[in-house]
Amino acid sequence: MSGIVAYGAYLPYHRLDRRRIAEALGTPPAKGTRAVASYDEDTTSMAVEAARRIAGQTAAPHQLLFATAAPAYLDKTNAAAVHAALGLDTAVPAYDMVGSVRSGIGALRSALAQPGTLAVLSDIRTGLPSSSDEANGGDGAVAFLTGDTDTVADLVASASSTAEFLDRWRLPHEPTSRQWEERFGEHAYVPLAEAALTDALKQAGITADDVDHLVVAATHARAGRRFGIDELSPVIGNCGTAHPGLVLADALDRAQPGQTVVLLTLADGADAMVFKVNKPGTGDLRAEMAQGSDALPYATFLTWRGHLHREPPRRPDPERPAAPPSARREDWKFGFTGSRCEACGTRHLPPQRVCVKCRTVDQMAPERLADVPATIATFTVDRLAFSLSPPVVAAVVDFDGGGRFQCELTDVDPASVTIGDRVEMTFRRLFTADGVHNYFWKARPLRTKEQ
Amino acid sequence: MASNGIRDRVAIVGMGCTPFGEHWDKGVDDLLVDAAQEAVASAGVTVGDVDAFWLGTMASGMSGLTLSRPLKIDYKPVSRLENFCATGSEAFRNACYAVASGAFDIAMAIGVEKLKDSGFSGLTGTRPPDDGTGASLTAPAMFSLLAPAYANKYGVDEAEMKDVLTRIAWKNHKNGALNPRAQFKKEVPKDTICNSPLVAGPLGIFDCSGVSDGSAAAVIVRAEDAHRYTDHPIYVKALAFAAGPAAGPIDPDYDYTTFTEVVRSAEDAYRQAGIDDPRAALAMAEVHDCFTPTELVLMEDLGFAQRGMAWKEVLAGTFDLEGDLAVNPDGGLKSFGHPIGASGLRMLFECWLQLRGEAGPRQIGNGKKMALTHNLGGAPGECVSFVSVVGSEPSA
Repeated sequence: MSGIVAYGAYLPYHRLDRRRIAEALGTPPAKGTRAVASYDEDTTSMAVEAARRIAGQTAAPHQLLFATAAPAYLDKTNAAAVHAALGLDTAVPAYDMVGSVRSGIGALRSALAQPGTLAVLSDIRTGLPSSSDEANGGDGAVAFLTGDTDTVADLVASASSTAEFLDRWRLPHEPTSRQWEERFGEHAYVPLAEAALTDALKQAGITADDVDHLVVAATHARAGRRFGIDELSPVIGNCGTAHPGLVLADALDRAQPGQTVVLLTLADGADAMVFKVNKPGTGDLRAEMAQGSDALPYATFLTWRGHLHREPPRRPDPERPAAPPSARREDWKFGFTGSRCEACGTRHLPPQRVCVKCRTVDQMAPERLADVPATIATFTVDRLAFSLSPPVVAAVVDFDGGGRFQCELTDVDPASVTIGDRVEMTFRRLFTADGVHNYFWKARPLRTKEQ
Repeated sequence: MASNGIRDRVAIVGMGCTPFGEHWDKGVDDLLVDAAQEAVASAGVTVGDVDAFWLGTMASGMSGLTLSRPLKIDYKPVSRLENFCATGSEAFRNACYAVASGAFDIAMAIGVEKLKDSGFSGLTGTRPPDDGTGASLTAPAMFSLLAPAYANKYGVDEAEMKDVLTRIAWKNHKNGALNPRAQFKKEVPKDTICNSPLVAGPLGIFDCSGVSDGSAAAVIVRAEDAHRYTDHPIYVKALAFAAGPAAGPIDPDYDYTTFTEVVRSAEDAYRQAGIDDPRAALAMAEVHDCFTPTELVLMEDLGFAQRGMAWKEVLAGTFDLEGDLAVNPDGGLKSFGHPIGASGLRMLFECWLQLRGEAGPRQIGNGKKMALTHNLGGAPGECVSFVSVVGSEPSA
C-alpha cells in the first residue's frame, strides 16, 4: 500500500487584506485575506520552497512531478529548475503537469501510484481588478513525497469522475480566467462529486460517518461548499492547482493516528481519495498562515501581478542570464552550492578554485549552503538600483560555520533591518529579461524556529 | 621580488584638463582633442612629437583608435586601458614606465569619459555574459556599506556620522567653488547636503559624486630631459597599484571599515617616495571621494589619520583647504563628477597646478614639495587602488 511519506507546504509571506480592494475600487467590503506571491516569486520558485521543507527528511525521490496552472515557461520543463534547486541526481526524471488546475490532484494521484515520487503543486491565482478571482484566489505551493513504508498516511481508496463542460477556462496568454454562470457549474459538479465520493468510500469499505476529516478543494466555490467547508480560503484564498494539496496537508497536520482523512476535489470532474493516518502530521500550516504580513498595499499587489505599469527607474534594464554560464554553474545558481577548502576548511560562496585564506589550488569540496542560516554583517537600502519592487535591500551575510555572501534581502521591511539579524536563504526569481527568468537565491529574515 | 619604483626617473612637463560637466555640445573626440592639445601646448610640443600614447577610458571607446582617429596620430603606439575607476591613473602609470624604460622619449597619458550621453542616473556598466548571480547593487549602495560598519566599530552615533559625511561633502564643494574647471562651482550649505534625498543607505544625493564628462592629459619625459620643456617639471616619486583577491564579499573577516588595497598601495608608494609621515610630508592630497564615506575611510587607509580617528579629524577641519593636510583642494569627485577615465589625471592636474604655484585662489602655501593622488575602482572589499606621489624637486 502506498502513502505519503512526507509533505511540506509553502505560503508566501505577503497577504492582501480584501478590504484594501474594496477601499481602492469602491466594491462591497469583503472579509479576510489572500496569500500573495512576492514580485520575485513564481510557481517554480514557490515549488522549490515547498519541496525544501521535506528535502533531507527522507530518501531522495525517484522522480519529480511538478503541477501548476501558471507555468513560468512553456516548452521548457519547469520541474528541471526545481530539480536543480533541490540538488537531485541527474538520473532522477522531472516532469511538468501544467496548464489546468486539475493537474495538481493528477500529480498527487500519479505520485501515489508510483511510490518514491516527489509531487510539487504550485499556483499563482489572479484576476482582473475587482474580480472574485482576484480577491478569493491565493498563491502557494505544497510538496508530497510518496512511498510504501514509514508513511504518515496511506491511500486506502480513490475514485474519479470526469465530464466535459464549460465552467472555468483561460486562453493561453490571458492573465485571468473566465467562468460560466455560477448555478450551471453547481449543477454540473454536484453529481460528479457525489459519484466520486460514494465510489471511494465504497472501495474503502467505510461510510461517511467513518470519515474524521473531509477536506474539499474546488475550482467552483459554491459547489465545493455543498460538501465541506474550506477553512484555508478565508486566510490564503483558493490556491488553485496547489489547493488540494494544501487542504490535505492541513488535514494531516491536525489528524490523529488511526483517523480517516478524505480529500475531495472538484475540477472538471471530481477526485476523491481516502487516507488512513498512521503518524502525527509533520507540518504546521496554520502557524505559517498566521505568520504572514497583511501590510501589502493594493497598488503594490496590482504592480506585482502586472496590472499596474509603473515608471521604471532611470537605469538600464537587467541583462538576461546567459545559457552556457548558467549551465556551467548550475550547482551554484540553482543549488547554492559553494566550496570548502580541504586544506584549511574555509568556505567559499560562490565556489572558488583558489582558497581565499590559504591560497591552496584545486582542493575544494562542494558544499551546499541553501539550508544554513546566516547573520547580517552589514546592509544597505539601494534606492537607485533596478527592482520590480524598489528599494532593493541588500546585505552581507555570514553563514553559521563559515562563509560570507552578499545578496538581496526579500520579504523584509527596509526600516526594520539591523546588523546581527538572522536570515535564511530562499529561492527566488530575481527578474525576467529578454524572456529568460533569472532564478537565484536571496536571504530573508529567519522565520522558522531556530534549532 | 620587489616593487622598486621609478623615483625621479620621469617627470611631467605638460598637462591639460578640460572643464568637467555636462558637455552636451562636445563628443568624446572633442574632449580628447581639447585635453591633448592643452597638454602638448603646455609642454611646448606638438602631438606629432609624442612617441607613444596611453588612453584610459572605461566605456567611451574601444582600442587605440579612439585616440588616434580624432588626434590624427601618425602611426604611433596607442594603448587603450581600463581598470575600473582607476583607469586614468592606470594610463599615467603605464606611460611613466614606458618612458622610464627608455623605450620612448615622450609619452602621453590621457583619460576621457563621456557619461552624460547614456541618459541614465548614476554609473552603468556592461558585463560579459554571466549566470545572473552577480550582485546588481549600484555604486552608492556598495560604498554605503562603509558608513554603518564604521559607525558601529568606532561608536559614532547616527547623527554624528551624518555630520561627518556632510562635512566632507561641504568641504569639497567649498573647494570646488574656487575652481573654474569644476562641474559644480558653488558652495552647498550643510543643511542642503544633510537633507538631500536618500540614494542608498544613509547616503543622500549630496554624498555622491556627480556624473559628468571630461578629459585630462599629461606629457611625460625622462627626468633629465624635463628642463628642456619647462622650468617647473613635476617629478614622479612613486606609482603604486594594488588589485587584491576581492576577499571582502566572501571573507567574514572583512569588516567594511577599510580598503586593504589602499593600505597596501599607500605603503608601497610611501616606500618608493621615501615618505615616513605622509601627513607631514605632503603639501596636499587628491583622493577618491566617490562617496563621502569613502573619503572618511581613505583618511585612515592613507595614513592621514589614526584608525578610528578620521571622523574627529574631519569635524576638526584637518583636511580643509587651510587645514593641516588639504584633501581634494580642487573640489574632488564631489565637485568634478567622475568621468571614469579622466578622474585620475584630473587629480594629477591639481598636483601639477599646486606644486607649480598655479592654483590661484586655491593655492596652498605650506611650502611642501610633494603631493599625492589616490584613485580606486570597484567596491569595498573588492577594489583596485592606485597611489602616486609627485614632487616639484628631485630628491637630494
